[in-house]
Amino acid sequence: MFRLFAVIILIWATLTPALAQESVDMPRAETGGAQTLEDILRRQANQKVDDTFRSSVTGDPAAAAPATAPLGTLGGQSDPDLWRALRYGSADVATQSRGPAATTLIQDGGMWWLKFREGPLLKYGAGLLGGTLLLLALFYLIRGRIRIEGEKTGRTITRFSAVERFGHWLLAISFLILGVTGLISLFGRKVLIPTFGHEAFSTVAIGTKWVHNNISWAFIVALVIIFVFWVLHNLPDRTDLVWLAKGGGIFGKSHPAAKKFNAGQKMIFWSVIILGGSISASGISLLFPFEFNMFGATFAKLNDLGVPGWFGADALPYPLSPQEEMQYAQLWHAIVSLVLTAIIFAHIYIGSVGMEGAFDAMGSGEVEEQWAREHHSLWVEEVQEAEVRQGKEA
Amino acid sequence: MKAFLAALVALVVITVGANQILMRSGFSAEAVATSPDNVRLYD
Repeated sequence: MFRLFAVIILIWATLTPALAQESVDMPRAETGGAQTLEDILRRQANQKVDDTFRSSVTGDPAAAAPATAPLGTLGGQSDPDLWRALRYGSADVATQSRGPAATTLIQDGGMWWLKFREGPLLKYGAGLLGGTLLLLALFYLIRGRIRIEGEKTGRTITRFSAVERFGHWLLAISFLILGVTGLISLFGRKVLIPTFGHEAFSTVAIGTKWVHNNISWAFIVALVIIFVFWVLHNLPDRTDLVWLAKGGGIFGKSHPAAKKFNAGQKMIFWSVIILGGSISASGISLLFPFEFNMFGATFAKLNDLGVPGWFGADALPYPLSPQEEMQYAQLWHAIVSLVLTAIIFAHIYIGSVGMEGAFDAMGSGEVEEQWAREHHSLWVEEVQEAEVRQGKEA
Repeated sequence: MKAFLAALVALVVITVGANQILMRSGFSAEAVATSPDNVRLYD
C-alpha cells in the first residue's frame, strides 16, 4: 500500500512540470478558469483586465440537465453563473417595477463614477474656480481698472434695448442661482455635511434642489432670447482677427476697432450658447432620469468614427446601463458648468470693476459716447450713419 | 433697473410655473415607475 502511494506521489511530481508548461498556454488552467495573479496585479495597477473569462461564463441553458436530474432545476445555470450574468448585464431579469433601470441589479460603473465625483471632480473644480478668481485679482492688481481714456462727452448712445437687457438679466440671475445651488449639491457630502451636519444640510439640500431643478427653465428661456437677439452680431468677421492680434488692447493705450461685439465678447457669447446649451441638454437628461440617454449613442458614434484611437485611447464603453447614462450626464453637467462658471467670472469682472463705463450697457442701456468710441468704434459709426439715414428719411 | 426687476419677476413666474406644470403632468418617478392601480395597497 505504501509502495503504491509512493508511486502515485512520484508520478504526480513528474507530471507537475508538464502541467506548469501547459499553464503557460492556458494561463487560467491552474486557477480552474478563475482570475490569475496577473489579473489581480493588473487590476491593482489600474490596468485593463480582460474580463471575458468571467463575463462569458454565464451558464448554458441549452445544455441543461433534465429537471429530474441532479441540479437540473437550475436550468443549466449555476448560482455563480447567474451572479456573473447579473454583474455583466447579460441576465434575463424580469421585474414588476416598470422603471427603466429596474433590471440592472449590479453595475460596475458606479464605483469609478463615485470615486471621480468625490475626488478629482471636487479638487479640480475648486481649483479651476479658485484659480480663476485669483488670476482676476492678480490682473486687477497689475492692470487696474480700465479707464475711459479720452474726455467724456456727456452724451450717451443706446447700447442695449430693454428686451435685450431683460434677456441678459434673466440669464445672469438664473445662472448665478444655478451655480450656487449646483455647487451646494456638488460639495454637499464631502464639504458641507462634515462642516454643518446632516440635518442642516438636509434642509438646505431639499430647498436648493427644488430651486436648481425649476429655475433651470428660466435659464433655457433666457438662452433662447439672447441667441435670437445677438447671434447676427456675434458672427465672426475680419475685425476679430485684428482685435485678437492686438490682444483686445487690454495692455497699453491702443483700442482695436470693433463692431457691436468685439472678439472677446463673441467668445463669451459662443461659450454661453454652446456650453450653456450642452449644460441644458445634460440637465434635462438628469431632470427626467433614464428618458433621454445621450451618452451611449454618442459613444457608439465616436467609436465608429475611431475618435478614441486618435488619442491612443481604448474604445468608449458601449452599451451603457441606464445608471451609467445618468452618471455620465452628471459628470458632463458638472464639468461643463464649472468651465462656463470660470468663463463667466471673467465676464462679470470685465463688465463691472474691471472696466469703467461697461456696466452702464446692461445697467441703463445707455453708454458714454467716448467709451463706445474707444471700445466699439465701428459700431458707433454704424449707429450714427443709421441716425443720419433716418433723419434724411424723416 | 426696470429690465432687471422684470427679469427677476419673470424668473419667479417661470420657476413656479414650470414646477406646477411638471407636477400636474405626471412626470414624477412615482407616476412613471409604479403601478399602484394594479395592486391592493390599502384595505
